Amino acid sequence: MSLKETQQQTRQIINNPHLNYRQRMYYLAAQAESLLEPPPVSESVKQAMEQQVICDMREGAAPYRPRYLLPDYPKAIQQGSKYLELEAPQNLAEALNFLMILYTHTPSITGYPVYLGDLDKLLEPFADNVSDEDLSRQLRLFWQMIDRVLPDAFVHTNLGPEESRIGRIIFQLERQLNQAVPNITLKVDPDITPDSFLEEAVKTVFAVAKPHFVNHPMMYADLGENYGVVSCYNSLKAGGGSHTLVRLNLKEAVNQHQGDTSSFLNETLEKYVRLTLELMEARIRYLVEESRFFEHNFLAQEGLVSLDRFSAMFGIYGLAEAVKLLMEAQGSSAKYGHDAEANQLSYQITDRIAALLKEIPLPYCEGNGGFAFLHSQSGIDLDLDVTAGTRIPIGEEPELYEHIFAVAPHHHKFSSGVSDIFHFDDTVKRNPQAVVDVIKGGLAQGMRDFTFNLSSNDFIRITGYLVRKSDIAQLEKESSRYNSTVLGAGSEKNQGMTKRNLKRVMSHEQTPRLS
Amino acid sequence: MSKPLGLVNRILPFSAVDGPGNRFVIFLQGCNFNCISCHNPQTIGICDACGVCVAECPGEALQFAESGTAINWDQSRCLRCDTCIKVCPADSNPHSQWLELELLLEKIRRSAAFLSGVTVSGGEATQQPEFVFELFNSIKNDSSLKHLSTMLDTNGSAESSTWNKILPVTDGVMVDLKAFDDKVHQKLTGTSNVQVLQSIQYLHEVDKLFEVRLLIIPGWNDQESMLQKTAEWLSQQSTNISIKILGFRQHGVRSEYSHLQQATPEVLEKVSRTFHDFGFKRIQLV
Repeated sequence: MSLKETQQQTRQIINNPHLNYRQRMYYLAAQAESLLEPPPVSESVKQAMEQQVICDMREGAAPYRPRYLLPDYPKAIQQGSKYLELEAPQNLAEALNFLMILYTHTPSITGYPVYLGDLDKLLEPFADNVSDEDLSRQLRLFWQMIDRVLPDAFVHTNLGPEESRIGRIIFQLERQLNQAVPNITLKVDPDITPDSFLEEAVKTVFAVAKPHFVNHPMMYADLGENYGVVSCYNSLKAGGGSHTLVRLNLKEAVNQHQGDTSSFLNETLEKYVRLTLELMEARIRYLVEESRFFEHNFLAQEGLVSLDRFSAMFGIYGLAEAVKLLMEAQGSSAKYGHDAEANQLSYQITDRIAALLKEIPLPYCEGNGGFAFLHSQSGIDLDLDVTAGTRIPIGEEPELYEHIFAVAPHHHKFSSGVSDIFHFDDTVKRNPQAVVDVIKGGLAQGMRDFTFNLSSNDFIRITGYLVRKSDIAQLEKESSRYNSTVLGAGSEKNQGMTKRNLKRVMSHEQTPRLS
Repeated sequence: MSKPLGLVNRILPFSAVDGPGNRFVIFLQGCNFNCISCHNPQTIGICDACGVCVAECPGEALQFAESGTAINWDQSRCLRCDTCIKVCPADSNPHSQWLELELLLEKIRRSAAFLSGVTVSGGEATQQPEFVFELFNSIKNDSSLKHLSTMLDTNGSAESSTWNKILPVTDGVMVDLKAFDDKVHQKLTGTSNVQVLQSIQYLHEVDKLFEVRLLIIPGWNDQESMLQKTAEWLSQQSTNISIKILGFRQHGVRSEYSHLQQATPEVLEKVSRTFHDFGFKRIQLV
């Protein structure tokens, strides 16, 4: 890029009427980083990136913080922080104050903390002598503060699997406040989580399209007791995190492939898995060895994160299209989600990738035994004509149970998260137990993550994060008004979502760069 | 002894509106009432293979069976245009099929992990009591299904001998009460409500009455005086009875009854208040 072009782009950010002050700063930082050479990789990796087989999620050319970082909040609350000059909190007000301060100092790829901790467990010890009324009042202020100070749709908290007073109040507040932030995951253990609490959660989904539900026993088995679900559908070790997320577009991998299905599985797939891992390694090494986050950042220095609880996420997407293309090459029209043969092939593909990831070590990934985490990546706004992760394409979903039967066999392989979204019509509103039944059934079938939407809800999920339909409607109005000035020629419609008007809540993970 | 077959109009593996939790619903073909408000009039009659639909089917998906006494439906050719339903002179349809119990059980087993239970609806469920008994009995004796509750959705016309047959394997019954006034009931359904009231009373006594459903049709059964009597009589059974108040909608109703008015939320609120005033605590408006 020439100096002149760089200047022009920089000026576009600074003068962009649709970005607020902080958003301009965020994109200016990304702009500066983009001027650097990325960590060196082989010509084969560069080529695969150009062919859009491998995507670095536009994380930036010089990683200087892990993509996802999950501070050990219980430890922080116990020991206080030297860096922040804060003693260990002794009561609820101090705890909320302490956490809020810590959040604003917790980095991630989005510039905002992606994990706020398991707030029920964190706060319950401080709530003993606090009345319901007082607790609700203090949490309401805290909730508003989170939404206004950390306005990013990927800021995420966890609750459960135990029922708790805090959890119940949070669900009540969620239904009242109607905020996009924070996103929430409820950890579900059918032996621990009572149906009545699940119903509270389901009613909350009816109102604000959250929480997500995760299979706690499965997570526990894969990640240990201390894990968190962060950003959207990313499950990682608390006190650790993920250095990076690089993703492999299976559709494009098949497009580059010449030969039959078995040579795809045995040769082409392995080639691209290795290239993806090479890119991951380059990025991890830069973060750990060059920008040296783990030496400089106070969270590492105070033991709130430790390198040995980190790994990195290997994302895949476009499985549905990959299966379709491979079946077509065999002269079959079998489709993933509908035909046993196509489903089998989809399982073979994810089996093969999972096996390869366990064979090829990555540095600084002791958090997963020295290997990458497999992740079903739910998309960014650059994606066109390719289905997120291992999902069945939108509009082609089979009947509910068949849908679950088709996707569930993938879930156990994706320890760092997988997402399938189910849609219910309004009739379930009067019968939340019906949804509880389906969620429990799904988990019993081996689903790791379960997310549902109501067709009538004001909130919708684009990929995993939430936006309000009313905001989109507003945005469509605005964008047409600003069409001629803002939308540069060739700018993709689906990419322009967050840049067309001034929005307080951003989705930085979705729109990592302005250009 | 061979297991009875069930004449099944439709199966829904997922329903949030047919009893507690998520339910597998089996709609049986054939009803002994002929309600002017029926939303699924094609489930009333039993097909007599007259063949009108065979001639009219634009997809040629319907053929006489070799016996000549039944009509075969080729699902792969069906255009789902519902022409057969529209032309049927018997308020029936050629889609309903005689199904073996085991086939239904297989489908239920596949769905069982997601269910609170199974509901048999209709048509009129109690018109096929042998089949309902065998189905529910099989569920209660199947290790992979016995956690499921069994419920019936009925017009309440069954006699006590039928209830005695079915109830030992039935966990709950949802009864429609079309009108408390027998004259109105006869106009609405073509049948007297004496047996319906007896059924409600009996089901309550044996603790199997899950809910009473009132479909409100403006001008027909929403008069305050009758509603008062309805509420009074039901309250004499118990004010713990769960009452579901549904507003009539035109959807699916036969064209000769297109003049019937839909119930407004205000009308339903009024009905709800009446029941509330009689002390009912569990009232649901739909």
